[in-house]
Amino acid sequence: MTGQPLLEGDGLHKAFGPTKALDGASIAIRAGEIVAIMGPSGSGKSTLLHCLAGIVRPDSGHVRYQGAEISAMTDGERSALRRTQFGFVFQFGQLVPELTCLENIALPLRMEGVRRREAEARAAEWLDRLDLADVGRKRPGEVSGGQGQRVAVARALVTRPRAVFADEPTGALDSLNGERVMRLLTEAARETGAAVVLVTHEARVAGYSDREIVVRDGRTRDIAREMEEAL
Amino acid sequence: MSIGQTFLGLLESGPRHGYDLKKTYDDRFGHARPLHYGQVYATLSRLLKDGLVELDGVEPGEGPERKRYAVTSAGVSDVESWLASAEKPEPYLQNTLYTKVILALLTGRSATDLLDVQRAEHLRLMRELTRRKAGGDLADNLICDHALFHLEADLRWLELTADRLDDLRRQVRA
Repeated sequence: MTGQPLLEGDGLHKAFGPTKALDGASIAIRAGEIVAIMGPSGSGKSTLLHCLAGIVRPDSGHVRYQGAEISAMTDGERSALRRTQFGFVFQFGQLVPELTCLENIALPLRMEGVRRREAEARAAEWLDRLDLADVGRKRPGEVSGGQGQRVAVARALVTRPRAVFADEPTGALDSLNGERVMRLLTEAARETGAAVVLVTHEARVAGYSDREIVVRDGRTRDIAREMEEAL
Repeated sequence: MSIGQTFLGLLESGPRHGYDLKKTYDDRFGHARPLHYGQVYATLSRLLKDGLVELDGVEPGEGPERKRYAVTSAGVSDVESWLASAEKPEPYLQNTLYTKVILALLTGRSATDLLDVQRAEHLRLMRELTRRKAGGDLADNLICDHALFHLEADLRWLELTADRLDDLRRQVRA
């Protein structure tokens, strides 16, 4: 790998009680690339994503964002990093039910201090871009699962983050809606230059990535690179 | 793929020359494997012999491409019964991957490595098909999806097998 990676996890260990979730996992993500993290249930792939995103602090090992050690940051610094540099899409339950879809998309901008009118104007651009023009005034409970996930994608990208973390973003959707969410997420990420860290157990979803890392028993493996190096 | 019945179906919209049939077939169904001219004319002469097509006219000049073929009512019935009948599901019981896994376990080699390498190769192809879908029309999407779902089924088998390797190793080496 040439140049400094955007985001890097190195020798990560994390245990929850007696359970080892990560046991020396390492990963490096370059700016703008889409990397799928795959592996069986309980292999540690979500914990790896949470460590990379600064949500969970590893017991040992290093997480670096643009060379800066995330685990050495204060809670406030990490939280600011997540707000300004990262976007998140989860399987479900991430939208605020009391707000309209437009207000949900505008929320990260409002938290950054952007005035309501400007925040909602920028959010409205994302509604159009993700084929959501009809749902702006509706609340999350009034839209379909696929529309809700597209609202979540818009919210993750509205701040133009450098990295988007997506944990099973299509897990609750049927094939057609899942495909639509993945296509819009990856197209928008490529247009804005955001890297995507994509946790999935579905190979068809991983098909949208540039490469995959496999996690098994808390350890990572980059088979494609091993195969290239073996040639 | 039954070339004969596909030709009959294509002829339902009107008589065509052999060359025209081949071109339409290749565009819609041929993808990476276009028909040979030999296959086209062997198929047409069989359909003619069986009374499923008839000559609609022969234009002046040499060569079989000058003949125009039309589907007969027996040909239309043949397409109808083909479309109405179920295809035999293919169970793939003699799978090379299965053989490789068992052989690796029998000979004390790493079946995990074998499965990991295969997963990477499957995903490489799945990425290629996913990219092709993004630039393709709906027909292209359908054929790529068909391939993607089959590759995904292989991968699910690989994952399940990887999870069962310890049990499998014990049984195979017992």
